[in-house]
Amino acid sequence: MNIILFLLLFPAAVSLLFAVLPPNGFRNAVVRISCLLIAAGSVYAAVVFNGHGATFFKAEYPHLEQMFFFGEMALSLFLLYKCIGIKRHEWYIPVLIIIQAGIMAYCELSGAVPEVGHAFYIDNFSIIMALIIGIIGSLICFYAISYMRDYHHHHPEMKNRQRSFFFILFFFLSAMFGVVFSNNLIWLYFFWEITTLSSFILIGYPKTEEAIRNAYKALGLNLLGGLGFACGILYLVKFCPAHTIELSQVIALGPTVMLIPVILICFAGLAKSAQMPFSSWLLGAMVAPTPVSALLHSSTMVKAGIFIIIKFAPVLHNTWAGYFLALVGGVTFLMTSIIAVTQSNAKRVLAYSTIANLGLIVACAGVGTYETLWAAVLLTVFHAVSKGLLFLGVGSIEHKIGSRDIEDMNGLIVNRPGLAMVMLIGILGMFLAPFGMLISKWACLEAFVNSNIVLAVLLAFGSAPTLFFWTKWMGKIVSVPAGVQKGEGAVSKDEWTALGLLAAGTIATAALFPLLSRVSVEPYIFSLYQQTVELTQGNIIIMAILLGLMVLLPLSFLAYPKKSQYAQRYLAGANVGDTGSFTGAMGITREATMRNYYLGELFSEKKLFVISVAVTIAIIATMFLAVKL
Amino acid sequence: MKAALCVAAWVVLAPFVGGLLAGLDRIVTARMQSRVGPPVLQPFYDVLKLLGKQGVAVNAFQNFYIVCFLVFVIMTGVLFFSGGDLLLTMFALAVAGVFFVLGAYSPNSPYSNIGAERELLQMMSYEPVLIIAAMGMYMVTKSWHVHDIVVFQKPLVMYLPGVFVAFLFILTIKLRKSPFDLSTSHHGHQELVKGITTEFAGPSLAIIEIAHWYENVLLMGFVYLFFAFNWIAAIAAVVITYLLEVFIDNTYARLTWHFTVKSSWIVAAVFGVVNLLIISFMGK
Repeated sequence: MNIILFLLLFPAAVSLLFAVLPPNGFRNAVVRISCLLIAAGSVYAAVVFNGHGATFFKAEYPHLEQMFFFGEMALSLFLLYKCIGIKRHEWYIPVLIIIQAGIMAYCELSGAVPEVGHAFYIDNFSIIMALIIGIIGSLICFYAISYMRDYHHHHPEMKNRQRSFFFILFFFLSAMFGVVFSNNLIWLYFFWEITTLSSFILIGYPKTEEAIRNAYKALGLNLLGGLGFACGILYLVKFCPAHTIELSQVIALGPTVMLIPVILICFAGLAKSAQMPFSSWLLGAMVAPTPVSALLHSSTMVKAGIFIIIKFAPVLHNTWAGYFLALVGGVTFLMTSIIAVTQSNAKRVLAYSTIANLGLIVACAGVGTYETLWAAVLLTVFHAVSKGLLFLGVGSIEHKIGSRDIEDMNGLIVNRPGLAMVMLIGILGMFLAPFGMLISKWACLEAFVNSNIVLAVLLAFGSAPTLFFWTKWMGKIVSVPAGVQKGEGAVSKDEWTALGLLAAGTIATAALFPLLSRVSVEPYIFSLYQQTVELTQGNIIIMAILLGLMVLLPLSFLAYPKKSQYAQRYLAGANVGDTGSFTGAMGITREATMRNYYLGELFSEKKLFVISVAVTIAIIATMFLAVKL
Repeated sequence: MKAALCVAAWVVLAPFVGGLLAGLDRIVTARMQSRVGPPVLQPFYDVLKLLGKQGVAVNAFQNFYIVCFLVFVIMTGVLFFSGGDLLLTMFALAVAGVFFVLGAYSPNSPYSNIGAERELLQMMSYEPVLIIAAMGMYMVTKSWHVHDIVVFQKPLVMYLPGVFVAFLFILTIKLRKSPFDLSTSHHGHQELVKGITTEFAGPSLAIIEIAHWYENVLLMGFVYLFFAFNWIAAIAAVVITYLLEVFIDNTYARLTWHFTVKSSWIVAAVFGVVNLLIISFMGK
């Protein structure tokens, strides 16, 4: 219990410190030490509690219930106060806040709230989540130290509000720990709303008009999801015969009793994990400084949405509502994978790929067999590591080359070999055998064929554009244009520490995934389904060989005969020195330039987005109707 | 033991079979065009000559990717011919393809760059069908493993006619035959010079050629699986399929990449997916 309290309270406590400390060397030292302590705390929790099944804790402190209630109301009031900045068309935001606060006040003041035996718990899955939040989340905070220094250096017009930035960053981590450890759904809801609030403030950090509007969009859409959560709690408190608000009870009671509240809460999960039709908030969140994007995408926020949906997978299993929930994920995966092809802004490509991969996780959880659940948990882990790495990599690149456009990364392998390697590892981790994401996709495919062939087909079609947009990005990075030199100015040590550890983590998770599965994921699956996935020895060996090849082949480069003769590229004209220009017809000197294909004429982002929103709204409506089937 | 023999045969013999196939291809093509054509061993002479030449490259990196391409193509075949997991085989094949494309990106030359983009478009076109084919075989035989599929007693093609049609369609892309020889062409006179291989010369070009031979044999292995209930029928099917591809190569002009992407996805959806849905429905 102590370690859970530590993880819950320590980040919040130090965040108060950062709210007052000015951004100087002492503050930075405190940030570094706090990151280390949080990471160590999550590892300690894993060592102590892993493999013990679910351990429950009572929280018997006086007036705790009342304190949470006041917290919720204060949160709503604060959000209402923030609404003074809204535009006319954002009228729905205060309305949503008031309805939610009303529902919660009605529930808690009616005196009908069931007694909660165990307010907190820890099981293998919350350990995995805690490790993601504790290690990857703190690495991102660590990275933020030097990133924010450079950020304000690059944007002198912006007011330096780093104190509130680091305050929210660590507060966010506390809330995330709250989400993964709470067994009391009302408290979980409270932490859930704090993550909404935190991301609202972080997205609006640059204080530009665009940032403010996007922050409100994120707030509005997440509140819409939160309304689903509140309705779920209202149902549990007032209408459900089982009369419980304990997460573990809700899962144990199964679909016949609990399907309605579970679907309502999963609706909140869809919004939080930025599934279609809610995706626009995560794309808008790109305006924030890169550590925020990294945090939202890899270890917090969207992972909270995924967490709750995965948690409810056993309830969703074999229900029509679960089937349609899975379909929302499957359609999101296919459509956003295609849209990602049309993007040249690196952060937008990463955002669409996040939404797509979360879609896959939702699809797995909606199907809810033990095989898909196994794939879903592993996807969550692998995605967190690789995506954290990629966002931080793009952040560093942006500060060094002054652009986040993929076209401008041409020649990165010469210009910034270190960052190029980091990006290549991250990208390989996202889509290619034998890295993590592919292992999970493979498991998904095998599981879907047995349970839901439509999802398998969506996955087959969605994987192809994934291959396209990642490889063309890698192509830009590895191409060696004429006249490119090694870039000036080193990346700071803090940034390298975070990037290096995450890159190592991407390779290590791929190498050690059988161990991760055996020690952590399989016992969790077994405790829910009394059966579990068994990895075939042969395939593990093959994956190991493939990984070995991937890691060792670059070494062969050292031994490669250097006696090759070099020629200039073929330009269908006389080359003008080694500059990439050539003398064309009529003796005119022309420069040869090339861009990647974005297939704008085949796929239009706007059109595809509108179609996906319409289709997924229809599926979600059907999902709610199907609850009664 | 049998698996080990198959793997050894693949690693050692596949390039010879692939080279012979290429030689026969050239003779049949020549006859279709009322020419005599080169001797059947001509592809070997070509590759040996390339291997003897001095390596010329634009930069120090590009040949590395090509070596990786060959290694992963061989690795893919090892998985396939040892009777391994069919999906994993498809994924390994994609890895090989990605390395080939990176090799073409590396010189930053306009012609090989467009060749690389088109190669990626081709991969995007055929990828769904490969996965659908593997899924179809699993749904009928209840195994992902080649060693189970190959001993399946009933003719797979009877259960998967739609999938087989879709597979034939993308086979034209994979074999780099007209009308889908977008990224590079066997015929030198195309708008992209030699497309994806423009900036490769000498030994590295020979490696690419050998990798393609390996790849073609592997693809014929996939065709074999559809007819594996009877090995005589299967070999006959492989020969007929290859002749059919040569025939298509000689009767069609190159089409655009728009058409390639759209048509292959439509064929995958209409023939492949419908076939899977029917099997899934019958299974229930």
